[in-house]
Amino acid sequence: MSDLYQLTVSINDTEYQRSVEPRLLLSDFLRHDIGLSGTHVGCEHGVCGACTVLFDGQPIRSCLMFAIQADGHEILTVEGLGTPDDLHVIQEAFWEAHGLQCGFCTPGFLMTLVPFLEENPDPDEAEIRHAISGNICRCTGYQNIVEAVKLAAENMKTPTRG
Amino acid sequence: MKPPPFEYYNPQSLDEALSHLAEHGYDAKILAGGQSLVPMLNFRLAQPAILVDLNNITDLAYIQNGDSGGVQIGAMTRHAQVERDPIVADRAPLIHETMPMIATTQIRSRGTFGGSIAHADPSAELVAISVALEGKFRLRSQSGEREVPAADFFLGMFTTQLEPEEILVETSFPTKPARTGWAIKEIARRPHDFALVGVATVVSLHADDRIQNSRIVFLSVGDGPVVAEKAAETLRDQSPSPELLRAAAETAAVEDIDPSNDIHASAEFRRHLAKVLTRQALETAIERAKG
Repeated sequence: MSDLYQLTVSINDTEYQRSVEPRLLLSDFLRHDIGLSGTHVGCEHGVCGACTVLFDGQPIRSCLMFAIQADGHEILTVEGLGTPDDLHVIQEAFWEAHGLQCGFCTPGFLMTLVPFLEENPDPDEAEIRHAISGNICRCTGYQNIVEAVKLAAENMKTPTRG
Repeated sequence: MKPPPFEYYNPQSLDEALSHLAEHGYDAKILAGGQSLVPMLNFRLAQPAILVDLNNITDLAYIQNGDSGGVQIGAMTRHAQVERDPIVADRAPLIHETMPMIATTQIRSRGTFGGSIAHADPSAELVAISVALEGKFRLRSQSGEREVPAADFFLGMFTTQLEPEEILVETSFPTKPARTGWAIKEIARRPHDFALVGVATVVSLHADDRIQNSRIVFLSVGDGPVVAEKAAETLRDQSPSPELLRAAAETAAVEDIDPSNDIHASAEFRRHLAKVLTRQALETAIERAKG
């Protein structure tokens, strides 16, 4: 086993300090060392998108980064997005539009869509499909995910609650 | 699977990184964006003893105006930054048009311009377009620096002129000449997947619209970027007509490339795609060259 390295990382606005082996993937660090199991691990080689988190605000695949590389950076995971009592507007739209079935891929879709909708508040269907092309869903056939994104964009323009 | 153990170096300067490479040579592997290397580690297709992480060498990430209208892109510049950069859009429109084709949003956030080129995947768009644009790469080691034209840099599959103690530090692309158009076309089974076939073209026209010079470079049909020299020769000094472009595309697909069979496509299908894509790319490039 190789040496351990100290890292300090902000995850969902909370600062954590841990010692890690350099080969520890960020995805495994989030799930096992921090206990945030909302970040899912599908393919572990950068194809499925289930492990997408925001790294300094940008969507990245957490299975293709080492935890040690997050030293001094900010991570946002699905746990930092909303709570069961106070869902994020995109989560609420996924619920309303049936944008999920088994839910395994959903955290990755949500984290991909947060920066996308910030940058593109009024996307058309082609732009939405382009944006989510790095996330694989085996249940929905994507149709209701696309509907959910349209609904989320709509609700972000005219907040219906809160 | 999980990556094998490795020793981790996190240099804060280029000089420090070069000294690690000088000391460890073939045992060390450079970690840039990691979007190809980390999957290879996860699959245990690669088991380097040492990783030298370039991500904290911030002065390798930049985009700036090059000499007289060109553009220079630091090797550690993320794809996402190149994609959104106004200098690139203005001075290197072929690069601008190519960026959204590279992998997915998440990969482009992290993957680097220089990393993709140094990795030299024959399916990589940046490999093909850097040859089409006559780009140059600056390679640095402790003992000095050299500049290598893109056309000479790629030696074969995942193989380049880079020596184990060298780092690709900068890519540069020359001024786009007047009356020059460009295009890139590719077909993939899913958007953002590796292309079955892709082709990048740059075409310059004489004042009377005859073709002065053209470069046609394929991706995904060989061990590296494949330059369609015979097809380009058939175009020289000719007036572009639908028949001429169809014939050139046929020459490119039949004589210039030798694609292989794999589970994704037969060689025959790849030749068919190459022919159609080449014709389309030439048409678009010529339209753009006319302005």
